[in-house]
Amino acid sequence: MNKKKLDFGPYIYLLPAFIIIFVFRLVPIVLSFIVSFFEWTVTGAGEFIGLENYAIMMKDKEFWQSLLNTFYLVIFVVPSSLILSLFFANLLNNIEKLKSFFRSVYFIPTVTSMVAISIVWKIIFNQQTGLANFFLEKIGIDPLGWLAESRGIFQMLLANIGIEIPGWAGGPSLALFSIIIVTIWKGLGYNTIIYLAGLQNIPNVYYEAADIDGAGKVKQFFKITWPLISPTTYYVLMMTTIVTFQVFSQIYLMTGPPVGGPLGTTKVIVYFLFDKGFGESNNLSYASAIALILFGIILGLTLLQKKLEKRVHY
Amino acid sequence: MNIKKSINYIILFVCGFAMIIPFIWMLTTSVKSQIEVNKGNVGFAPIEEYDVYNNGEKEYYITIVKQDGDSSFVHLFNEDMERIRSYEKVANSSIRHEKKWKLHWDNFSKAFNKVPFGRYFLNTIFVSCSVVLGVMITGSLAAYAFATMKFKGQNFIFYLFISMMMVPQPVYLIPSYVLLNHLGWIDTYNALIIPWIANIFTIFLLRQQFKTIPRELFDAAEIDGCSRFKILWKIVLPLSKSVIVTSAIFGFIGSWNSFMWPLIMTDSPELRVLQVGLSYFSQEASTQTSLLMAASTFSILPLVVLFLIAQKQIIASFASSGLKG
Repeated sequence: MNKKKLDFGPYIYLLPAFIIIFVFRLVPIVLSFIVSFFEWTVTGAGEFIGLENYAIMMKDKEFWQSLLNTFYLVIFVVPSSLILSLFFANLLNNIEKLKSFFRSVYFIPTVTSMVAISIVWKIIFNQQTGLANFFLEKIGIDPLGWLAESRGIFQMLLANIGIEIPGWAGGPSLALFSIIIVTIWKGLGYNTIIYLAGLQNIPNVYYEAADIDGAGKVKQFFKITWPLISPTTYYVLMMTTIVTFQVFSQIYLMTGPPVGGPLGTTKVIVYFLFDKGFGESNNLSYASAIALILFGIILGLTLLQKKLEKRVHY
Repeated sequence: MNIKKSINYIILFVCGFAMIIPFIWMLTTSVKSQIEVNKGNVGFAPIEEYDVYNNGEKEYYITIVKQDGDSSFVHLFNEDMERIRSYEKVANSSIRHEKKWKLHWDNFSKAFNKVPFGRYFLNTIFVSCSVVLGVMITGSLAAYAFATMKFKGQNFIFYLFISMMMVPQPVYLIPSYVLLNHLGWIDTYNALIIPWIANIFTIFLLRQQFKTIPRELFDAAEIDGCSRFKILWKIVLPLSKSVIVTSAIFGFIGSWNSFMWPLIMTDSPELRVLQVGLSYFSQEASTQTSLLMAASTFSILPLVVLFLIAQKQIIASFASSGLKG
């Protein structure tokens, strides 16, 4: 290969993919910085406004509210999904018969579209004709407002035992909590499959040795499984975090009208930028700035997790 | 040991059932009549309870408004449950209460014809197939270059691609809109297809696969006078069938289910893909629970069928997305 002057071959093979990725990934990413520094409408570039969009954002109550809601979503969804999926993966790993049957059952929500699923869950949470309140009624609990309930879940729980707490400490609204349930449910199958693949990679000899030493199943889990599965845990942690930060469809389809309701308690960051960019105000440049802040947060968390991963790698 | 196993099965069964309850309820609600749903008949069994009035010649569905001695004031309905007469006074002896199992399969055709779902399906199939075809072509060419050739800037381009993969969609969504708008592609099939015909993850996956093919095969083929492209076409691709199928399925599901992009990049009803059409339908028919459930059912049906047929490959393809190299 060294004999030839320059071999164009590889570049020709690379070209189609490169053009698409260059034009529709790299260029937009660079463009998003530019757009966020200019006044930008559908017709094209306007005046250079520097960091004004970012300054407005810092003072925008809606921005902080949607950021808080997004954090609630991530904080509730990620750990629950992690624990549940590891639990189910463990169960699946310990059975022989019907394994693929159960795997499929848990996996079905993952392949179905978020749009159809959101429609179904919205009706499940309907106060009058929904399945959720139907079940509550069967077990003798008063019906709840679900997607229409703006009170925080901690506030509601504590109010039941007579404790009143201020609204800011009330936690995510029940409406947002309903979204959290759906989001966990949707992603559970995927995480379970990833964990199952990880568990199957742990050689059986470790467990056999532990059995001989008389270590119980619980001890085996914490001393063998958990440390050896940690690369998978980091992957699941990172992916679920990234995906949950970008939740959009379920908010768009399940909440409201107006979307993000009641009282803005389900407005998440991606819906916020969608609304700013393509809603009434049609402010593409502000929306672009919001997207970059989201990117910064995700990138920061990814790097943080990478750093932690190095420290705790076995 | 056996007790432990049985507990395993019991937990898996109960939780598995809980996971698919939404789908079961979707199905049972999709065959109920809207009147039953509105009455608060929320349970799973599509059992209908109604009163029937027989005037000696014909039977009518009725709702009883007010009892008055041995007769009642009722509303009369025809078979389609359209009210045909109001506040009729009829004798109680000609009314009977019925309770029976009834499935309204016509909800499916009603939902399907209410908005042009056929068109939405065709759009989605066209877009998804084009995207998958494009992804496989650009992907195998690029992966072939990365896996078997040495060239200047190889690592740089590869890591550039990988880092692009990390960028979440909302970040390039708005500038992409600006860009597509400049190209005049907003509200065209181009906007739905062209930006998606290269997939970095597919390139990555195929590269891993191509690297496992022994170099001696290439050398032997080269000595036999095979061109580079012929080696790709005749040797590399046939040896990578399973990975190609896996990534094609993965791409197809992703494209079929994508929502935010087509929602933003298209506007006219003729260009709506299934997910966008379904979302508009859910706004238009927001009070028609059983029609919404029917529409949701036939929207997810193709993928669920595909999943049941190829569940092994599909689960493998999703699991392979967890392989990080």
